[in-house]
Amino acid sequence: MRVPLLRVDRLETALIGPLSFEVAEGECVALMGASGAGKSLLLRAIVDLDPSGGAVTLGGLDRGSIAASDWRKQVALVPAESGWWSDRVGDHFPPHAGVDDLLDELALAGALNWEVARLSTGERQRLAIARALCRNPKALLLDEPTASLDEAATQRVESLVTRCGQSGLAVLMVTHDRRQGERMARRILHMVEGRLQEDAGPVA
Amino acid sequence: MSPYIPLTTVDLALAAVFLILNALFSILLQLRLERQLVVSALRLVVQLLLVGLVLKTIFTQASPWLTLLAASVMVAFAGREIWARQDRRLQGLWGIGLGGAAMLLAGTLITVFALTAQIRPEPWWSPQYALPLFGMILGNTMTGVSLGLDTLHTAMHRERAAIEAKLLLGSTRWEAVSTSLLQAVRSGFTPIINSMAATGVVSLPGMMTGQILSGVDPQEAVKYQILITLLIGGATGLGVLAATLASVWRLTDSRDRLRLDRLAPPSA
Repeated sequence: MRVPLLRVDRLETALIGPLSFEVAEGECVALMGASGAGKSLLLRAIVDLDPSGGAVTLGGLDRGSIAASDWRKQVALVPAESGWWSDRVGDHFPPHAGVDDLLDELALAGALNWEVARLSTGERQRLAIARALCRNPKALLLDEPTASLDEAATQRVESLVTRCGQSGLAVLMVTHDRRQGERMARRILHMVEGRLQEDAGPVA
Repeated sequence: MSPYIPLTTVDLALAAVFLILNALFSILLQLRLERQLVVSALRLVVQLLLVGLVLKTIFTQASPWLTLLAASVMVAFAGREIWARQDRRLQGLWGIGLGGAAMLLAGTLITVFALTAQIRPEPWWSPQYALPLFGMILGNTMTGVSLGLDTLHTAMHRERAAIEAKLLLGSTRWEAVSTSLLQAVRSGFTPIINSMAATGVVSLPGMMTGQILSGVDPQEAVKYQILITLLIGGATGLGVLAATLASVWRLTDSRDRLRLDRLAPPSA
């Protein structure tokens, strides 16, 4: 039995919940459900980007006890479509972050000098994950990280996410692809109309 | 100095000849501007004649309460104007209250300062000085505040994804909206900066022209104009800063969230 790292307890917004679940250290949990079931809203509520009731803790630390900006540094969310606030890719990374190895792994060497406007969908998605990871979060929430990616790009993202789990991150990933869920996650949570269905238990 | 030349009704009617000509062109060329042109010209005449009457009454009564009432009416109209000039407004009473309050605060502070420290009429609230001064300061602050708020709300709505991306990477609300805020403050300041730079070279300001036409020594008129323009610049800046900062505070919350749900959808 692994130690729960991210613990969601009766989380509730105007549109979803209440729902409770845990993600252990180094565990990857997939979140599935029809469009409009509230999967993205759940991820936003966990990082406190939308107002919500209930408790969310990370390794016992309650999110309400620290500043929201500090909470989001530890619980990172990569939304389905990430925003970019500057023309150059490098401006979105902290200075001296030492991200070269990470970018090499993602086949994005030299990307810091690229222009955001010229990125492909796959490059955008991987860079969005990279800029979240380089801030060393303890939990990673991904909203359809491989939607609209080709096979090669999907594989790169999947192996990166797998390695995040191996290095101890708690990963919660929204996906529409059942096979991807089974490939990546030990557990799949199903969301229907804002609530979690009975936990399907370990897949394998 | 040459004496002041009074105008007759015939003079005013003659002044409208070319405007009527424009209306005729509009009909001939099917520009469909004739109605608006005539209606706004009539509004101008009626509104100003009424204001002349009202001001004369207020000046002869010389009552502080009547002066305050007139100032309040001006504030109410200017507040509504700020509200109307925004494409996306804050929900509910905030929509009219926030811009109006920022303008009222800056306008009143600067007007009272000018009346008590520089112009010093007797009494200090003398309507002949207080009302025109307050009107000019209010009018310019209104323009700045409405531009600032309109730019801010449009930018925050357009940059939603970028602002939330910053928040998700651990920025505070003030860091996340800094680009939009900067744009808004700049756009609020631009008209007054431009007008200060061009005054006297490109355009002679209306107030100064009016004073010169009514026989005041140009050098005296210039001094008044400098005083007024500096005050207007100060009030506009304060108003724009107060309004945009307060609006960012309203459109975010203490948990560093973007709260665009507090912004009303654009008017049709």
